[in-house]
Amino acid sequence: MQASDRFNINSQLEHLQAKYAGTGHADLSRFEWAVNIQRDSYASYIGHYPMLSYFAIAENESIGRERYNFMQKMLLPCGLPPEREDE
Amino acid sequence: MYLYSLTLQQATGITCAINGNFSGGKTQEIAVARGKILDLLRPDENGKIQTIHSVEVFGAIRSLAQFRLTGAQKDYLVVGSDSGRIVILEYNKEKNVFDKVHQETFGKSGCRRIVPGQYLAVDPKGRAVMIGACEKQKLVYVLNRDTTARLTISSPLEAHKSHTICYSVCGVDCGFDNPIFAAIELDYSEADQDPTGQAASEAQKHLTFYELDLGLNHVSRKWSEPVDNGANMLVTVPGGADGPSGVLVCAENFVIYKNQGHPEVRALIPRRADLPAERGVLVVSAAVHKQKTMFFFLIQTEYGDVFKVTLDHNGDNVSELKIKYFDTIPVAASICVLKLGFLFSASEFGNHGLYQFQAIGEEPDVESSSSNLMEIEDGFQPVFFQPRRLKNLVSIDQVQSLMPLMDMKVLNLFEEETPQIFSLCGRGPRSTLRILRPGLAITEMAVSQLPGQPSAVWTVKKNVSDEFDAYIVVSFTNATLVLSIGETVEEVNDSGFLDTTPSLAVSLIGDDSLMQVHPNGIRHIREDGRINEWRTPGKRSIVKVGYNRLQVVIALSGGELIYFEADMTGQLMEVEKHEMSGDVACLDIAPVPEGRQRSRFLAVGSYDNTVRILSLDPDDCLQILSVQSVSSAPESLLFLEVQASIGGDDGADHPANLFLNSGLQNGVLFRTVVDMVTGQLSDSRSRFLGLKPPKLFSISVRGRSAMLCLSSRPWLGYIHRGHFHLTPLSYETLEFAAPFSSDQCAEGVVSVAGDALRIFMIDRLGETFNETVVPLRYTPRKFVVQPKRKLLVIIESDQGAFTAEEREAARKECFEAGGVGENGNADQMENGADDEDKEDPLSDEQYGYPKAVSEKWVSCIRVLDPKTATTTCLLELQDNEAAYSVCTVNFHDKEYGTLLAVGTVKGMQFWPKKNLVAGFIHIYRFVEDGKSLELLHKTQVEGVPLALCQFQGRLLAGIGPVLRLYDLGKKRLLRKCENKLFPNTIISIQTYRDRIYVGDIQESFHYCKYRRDENQLYIFADDCVPRWLTASHHVDFDTMAGADKFGNVYFVRLPQDVSEEIEEDPTGGKIKWEQGKLNGAPNKVDEIVQFHVGDVVTCLQKASMIPGGSESIMYGTVMGGIGALHAFTSRDDVDFFSHLEMHMRQEYPPLCGRDHMAYRSAYFPVKDVIDGDLCEQFPTLPMDLQRKIADELDRTPAEILKKLEDARNKII
Repeated sequence: MQASDRFNINSQLEHLQAKYAGTGHADLSRFEWAVNIQRDSYASYIGHYPMLSYFAIAENESIGRERYNFMQKMLLPCGLPPEREDE
Repeated sequence: MYLYSLTLQQATGITCAINGNFSGGKTQEIAVARGKILDLLRPDENGKIQTIHSVEVFGAIRSLAQFRLTGAQKDYLVVGSDSGRIVILEYNKEKNVFDKVHQETFGKSGCRRIVPGQYLAVDPKGRAVMIGACEKQKLVYVLNRDTTARLTISSPLEAHKSHTICYSVCGVDCGFDNPIFAAIELDYSEADQDPTGQAASEAQKHLTFYELDLGLNHVSRKWSEPVDNGANMLVTVPGGADGPSGVLVCAENFVIYKNQGHPEVRALIPRRADLPAERGVLVVSAAVHKQKTMFFFLIQTEYGDVFKVTLDHNGDNVSELKIKYFDTIPVAASICVLKLGFLFSASEFGNHGLYQFQAIGEEPDVESSSSNLMEIEDGFQPVFFQPRRLKNLVSIDQVQSLMPLMDMKVLNLFEEETPQIFSLCGRGPRSTLRILRPGLAITEMAVSQLPGQPSAVWTVKKNVSDEFDAYIVVSFTNATLVLSIGETVEEVNDSGFLDTTPSLAVSLIGDDSLMQVHPNGIRHIREDGRINEWRTPGKRSIVKVGYNRLQVVIALSGGELIYFEADMTGQLMEVEKHEMSGDVACLDIAPVPEGRQRSRFLAVGSYDNTVRILSLDPDDCLQILSVQSVSSAPESLLFLEVQASIGGDDGADHPANLFLNSGLQNGVLFRTVVDMVTGQLSDSRSRFLGLKPPKLFSISVRGRSAMLCLSSRPWLGYIHRGHFHLTPLSYETLEFAAPFSSDQCAEGVVSVAGDALRIFMIDRLGETFNETVVPLRYTPRKFVVQPKRKLLVIIESDQGAFTAEEREAARKECFEAGGVGENGNADQMENGADDEDKEDPLSDEQYGYPKAVSEKWVSCIRVLDPKTATTTCLLELQDNEAAYSVCTVNFHDKEYGTLLAVGTVKGMQFWPKKNLVAGFIHIYRFVEDGKSLELLHKTQVEGVPLALCQFQGRLLAGIGPVLRLYDLGKKRLLRKCENKLFPNTIISIQTYRDRIYVGDIQESFHYCKYRRDENQLYIFADDCVPRWLTASHHVDFDTMAGADKFGNVYFVRLPQDVSEEIEEDPTGGKIKWEQGKLNGAPNKVDEIVQFHVGDVVTCLQKASMIPGGSESIMYGTVMGGIGALHAFTSRDDVDFFSHLEMHMRQEYPPLCGRDHMAYRSAYFPVKDVIDGDLCEQFPTLPMDLQRKIADELDRTPAEILKKLEDARNKII
């Protein structure tokens, strides 16, 4: 790699994508986008305790169980990924 | 509009709690995070939890950990918050504050997916700390000491792994080898790519050990092994000399011991017999107890059952893991085992508990072990147990918690001077209605009737060195009654007091003699029984008297003052006379300062609306030092001395001060600072206390002098944590009071009111509200007031629970089975139980309701009389129906009067897809004076009726996205008109004239109009911000206040011109045909106020907490906090407070590293709200900083304090 490559836009983007999970790119699919949003949301619910308890009251579960459920949902937040079309 | 935001009651729920020796020494404290508040608690010697320190950090605290450097005496506190920073705090015992030792920035602020702060783990030897995020990032900081033994922190070492979700982290105890951290991780990268779902089903959680190489300063993944896929929590197992090291992995249904190079040891968590088979058992909190020779773990499941986990080990080899049923206590967010034998349980909902260990579970009980784990066809053979009463723990204290506050109304149903707050709190069987009154709670010790109407009461000691009072002296209009205090309180005649005359004052004079002042003279009773009488000259009589232990000043009718002093021999000598210009209204002498002969100041109040300070020094005796004019004639005066403090338990440091308090005839209390040298008066503050002129009495509270003010209700003025508080007492009107100290009651007050003598004590200081609790059956959802009868109608519903009959049947069955099967259980019930326990051997409050399948609902409608706290009617809904909304409605035809409409749903299901069988609107009639309900009819609707409201003699209902107007029919409700254009689900409806303000669950407010002639509903304006509404309140014709799920409170207002245009459009044709863009309404409301509270607001209301005061918006939050937003009335105040807030932000950034402005603007930029909680931290600043800020504002610190006090007094 040449020194100048380090500063071109693509490598900068790649750097960002590697550093911050969820950074988008030009070919981002609807599914990938949704998955990121969902994971961010679940992380936010887990981080904000009042919100977590709000959900726990709604579902009549303990807060600990609710937190665990949200963590579990981070695995496949939007169901299975769609079949990839051949490029 | 500018608002001043003030928290009236801090959040009472606890997010996490840890214990440690934060103050050093032997005592253990509990550090507790309540969302944005960090508290330090300590159980005192009586086993009561005391709050030592409390600080608002303006950031969400997510995790806490404590560590200790080797050889140190004191623990440090690490805070993981949403600030993107790691903060290490040290508790400073002398100043009673948390000192920030280190604050290291590592990422962006906010609760983000990959920014650490969610998890904290410390090396058991205190050499390193790991801070982790939900995904990917983990940072390790090395902790060390520099040459001056100060804590140092390294730059962060990364232990990241991308595409990996982290469930839990903990430190591994490996002695003084390199520190190791364990984490439960799940890699999702393959599952995201595989459309067949195979990768997802094969996704495996791993237990990973990260080793910090102290020599290389590097973190490496040392070991990673698959672990049970239900794993959710890690607990450190003691290592080194104390135990086998490694970790306990708590998983759904299992506890597994794991260590590197050790086969896993797995045991099943016993399950309750009545638990549905598909439900797992998850551990939600754990604590470890370590002694020299042994250790054990206490783990609590999501149902509240606590298990004792022990490991059989030989060196590093663990042979068996045992899980034994310990006890059942309400589900906790954290449990802490203290060294003194206490267990603190920070309940996730409802009151927190402090328990004492009676035993440590040595007796036989249901036990599951790794050695008898039996594999059957689909899993393992379950072990069952039946919850029983507490055997190992005994409850010794409770800390009140309003969490979760579901609904709240400020009403004055009891017709008291100030309104009461009716709040619905708690969940499931621990639900309560709490009636909050502003003021301190008191404990009444005794009430006794007296012969006649007493006018005054005093208590006296016989000797200055006595600990307790000897006599209570009660004065009547023509007699004096002397009661001696001993085992009992009884009348005596040998005290030497003159009993045929009323008394004006009774006190101890000198070291051991008593004084009685009566209208005709002063009676001085020496210790040996000799009596000296001083008689008034001529026909003049004594009208007022002021005294302390060595000085007496009397005022004769006509205005002459005579000053006496007790000399060395205890003789009372007349010193000086002075003629005042008119009659004296009241007198007071400051208490004798420590080590002095006399006090220097006498305060004299006159009927010409002045208060004078006179000198009592021999060289300028009875000369006027200063004069103050007041708004009305003074009724009572009191000097209150505030001792100097340098912090510590008193809070902030402040110099000694002398305050002159005057109670005026117009009901105002005037408080002025008296210069201790010159007697000059400055910095006066006033507060209206009540309709009667306040009478002031000096009493002592927690060993410090305090002031009791008796107006139409009693108030207490006292110093608590550096602040002067003036708080009402929740007690009846009192006439006269005196401090009271006896064997049974060290710091009480004796008072007279009517013809009774009352003795009471003041408990928990520092609280804003005191509460009366009424238990409820299920999670309360909403309530309304039946306005005529002043009854409350509460709807309660719970998901996944059995109805009362089913529970009763199940319980009977279980006891029958238990009586035959388990001997231990039955024996205990027969022997040890007292009556109360027999009635309810397994209280639901403690054990929770048995879990049913999640599609099952139970619900009830309750009519409650708040005065007697009795339920007059309780209708349990049948057939899986749950009540969601309630309102009272008066229909056009007045046949039935006020009716009750309740919106219910049958078979509600949230997951996997929102689904329901049917919705209904029930119409009930109030019968038997409103005390009971009778079903009129039930109308089926197609969705969830989440909002109901009366509108022009009809009923408006929000059913899913449909707003519909109903009229009352004979057999059912009749549809009159509807609008289906709402985006999601209507959750609130409020009306004013012909406008309807509709709140949507996801899209904020919609303003509608009803055209009667055309019988149509139009939406004419909506909000452009998608707000997930949780609470709403109608403020005025154009304005709505709302709160969203993310913890913001906001106001929206319809622009004036739009509002006028709509009102002036006679045909309505314009708004009807006008189309907005993108399916929205043609007009948009403006956001005028925005503020991030940091807690989910569940209820909003406009109310005034002080009689005659202006209204503020009150809100209640899920965490059990209550706050208010008060509108500023002058531009000057806005300027002052916004500058103060700005300086506070600069000079005193929040403790946990979150930027204050960023926090208050977490989701939307804060707009026109000044944070009173930050401003109120001003008195806690060091003096020089206070002065600096005050200089910038061109004021003195005292003026700022006064401003702050005034701002608070306008609200409560």
